Amino acid sequence: MDEEYDVIVLGTGLTECILSGLLSVEGKKVLHMDRNDYYGGESASLNLTQLYRKFRPTQSPPTELGRDRDYAVDLVPKFIIASGELTKILVHTDVTRYLEFKQIAGSFVYRDGKISKVPSTEMEAVRSPLMGLFEKRRAKKFFEFLQGWKDDDPTTHQGINLDKDSMKVVYEKFGLEPGTQDFIGHAMALYLDDDYITKVARPTYDRIILYTSSMARYGKSPYIYPLYGLGELPQSFARLSAIYGGTYMLDKQIDAIVTDDEGKFVGVTSGGETVKAKQVIGDPSYFGAGTDGGKVRVVEEGKVVRAICFLKHPIPGTEDSDSCQIIIPQNQVNRRHDIYIAMVSSTHNVCAKDIYVAIVSTIVETDRPEQEIAPGLSLLGPIYDKFVDITPLYTPTSSGENDNIFITRSYDATSHFETVVEDVQDVWKRVVGSDLVLKKREVEVQG
Amino acid sequence: MSKQYQFKLVLLGESAVGKSSLVLRFVKDQFDDYRESTIGAAFLTQTVTLDDQTTVKFEIWDTAGQERYKSLAPMYYRNANCAVVVYDITQSASLEKARTWIRELQRQADPSIVIALCGNKLDLAARRQVSQEEAKKYADEEGLMWTETSAKTGEGVTEIFTAIAQKLPLTAPSATRAGGARAGPGARAGVDLNKQAASAGQPEACNC
Ligand SMILES: Nc1nc2c(ncn2[C@@H]2O[C@H](COP(=O)(O)OP(=O)(O)OP(=O)(O)O)[C@@H](O)[C@H]2O)c(=O)[nH]1
Ligand SMILES: [Mg+2]
Repeated sequence: MDEEYDVIVLGTGLTECILSGLLSVEGKKVLHMDRNDYYGGESASLNLTQLYRKFRPTQSPPTELGRDRDYAVDLVPKFIIASGELTKILVHTDVTRYLEFKQIAGSFVYRDGKISKVPSTEMEAVRSPLMGLFEKRRAKKFFEFLQGWKDDDPTTHQGINLDKDSMKVVYEKFGLEPGTQDFIGHAMALYLDDDYITKVARPTYDRIILYTSSMARYGKSPYIYPLYGLGELPQSFARLSAIYGGTYMLDKQIDAIVTDDEGKFVGVTSGGETVKAKQVIGDPSYFGAGTDGGKVRVVEEGKVVRAICFLKHPIPGTEDSDSCQIIIPQNQVNRRHDIYIAMVSSTHNVCAKDIYVAIVSTIVETDRPEQEIAPGLSLLGPIYDKFVDITPLYTPTSSGENDNIFITRSYDATSHFETVVEDVQDVWKRVVGSDLVLKKREVEVQG
Repeated sequence: MSKQYQFKLVLLGESAVGKSSLVLRFVKDQFDDYRESTIGAAFLTQTVTLDDQTTVKFEIWDTAGQERYKSLAPMYYRNANCAVVVYDITQSASLEKARTWIRELQRQADPSIVIALCGNKLDLAARRQVSQEEAKKYADEEGLMWTETSAKTGEGVTEIFTAIAQKLPLTAPSATRAGGARAGPGARAGVDLNKQAASAGQPEACNC
């Protein structure tokens, strides 16, 4: 291969595929490679054969689970928050034409040993056991305050400065109980720990508004989900990239990242051949993550434990929802980080009928990660089978501005893709040199 | 009452056999001698009229070059109702490649998929390397439709798409969800992201 590319992208995870697609649309000549023979990298959805090959190489899937092809098991448990940035990118790039979405049926929160629905309508809120009568009134005032807030209208501020006052000050002003704070901070603002309380209130405000506007969008929960699993997302952006001339090569071992004397990127060696490009973008696994020796380009920031569980029933206490999220706030189980459960089923074409796939996850705090998710596992009822994965989270050590090597971040423990989009925007800015602006797409009228 | 059926059609075949050219001829009745490999030709649709009452709308997926290094995504085959597997009659190796694709389809795609084997560049019959007998025999053995076409002259192009339309099971209108097509109103059970884009940015009522 004598061709020279503008950008080589390594790994077909969602972050890399969005970048690849957007760069190709921008007119860059992109070569996109992956060591696996499937799309998606760490954010892939696997069929049974692939799942067993990954976790239990010596075992074949039990016939009881049904047809291989009916499965698309996500490795990373995330949902799309309806009003978030990923939705905007999906719509603007028009990759929605390759995808079909369904709602996630419910969002639940764990409190005092019980699961309760996060209210999605005023009726549900009034009936919710999560708050007492007086607390409901206080909470109503709090939400009215948030909804009514206008930056340029001080009469809506009620003496609060979102950019100076901490969230603690806001909670105290409305006299909200600790249990309600837990609910707001963790089930709505989706914070994984309590650090936000002492910080300035603005980001929490933004997150609550994101949650409530997403909830209002389709009604049942703030989340949507692509049929056939999250792995469809990287595939659809890869197709976008290919349509704009991107070249795809799967099943390619990457032997070396070649640099010059000054450490600047030159090319990528695969199968004895070196392909040259001006820049390289890739996920941490292509830059020494998990290995020692060589140049240190990524560092571990922590670990996430994820247990993929096959169930033969919906999760008890979720009104038989075909899909849901359950948040166990850290305070409830004496932890520093929340435990999340994400469940999908055959309604989303990700498994055989009457099978439910639940992923329990949290940020690792001890040297016995599997025990840390026990409170989540115990909510599931009988577990037919379970695959536990402990994944280190890597972050790049340098910006790439000096060596033209741009490394993306691992998929974190948050429940949606907003941090993935932040990473895309961040890498884009460093690679291209300007902010990512989503051009307004032309509206296509189909005849 | 007239009915429109919608189907997803995928093209497969070795690079440069003329997949994109066939689509261009079918959809726009154009041909380009110096076509570059598929760029930007995203997602085309074309309608075939079967009779006064019935039209079939094809939602056509071209490979976008992802087949070149065996890197087609499973998404490509997903929910495909029909496939046109193309070879170049002047290149016998391209028929071998077509056989590989057909095996792949039989393995990966829906078992009810309608497959048409298509020998393209019929205008270059003087340089023929693949005989009609050989191709026809193979197609019969595998239960495939078969024809020869020229995207350049247009010969056989509309005919093959019409023949496919006639062979597809016309059961329920638009019930066969064609892999992510924006079907007519109500055809989708899921949520429509495009619809919400219009209301984005407007203040939302709090539901709490
Ligand atoms: N003479 C002749 N040339 C053709 C015909 N069809 C396509 N070509 C030419 O063959 C070349 C390749 O055609 P494409 O339509 O780009 O082939 P493709 O299968 O889409 O190729 P990829 O996109 O690379 O996979 C172009 O130069 C076309 O002009 C035909 O029927 N007759
Ligand atoms: Mg083409």
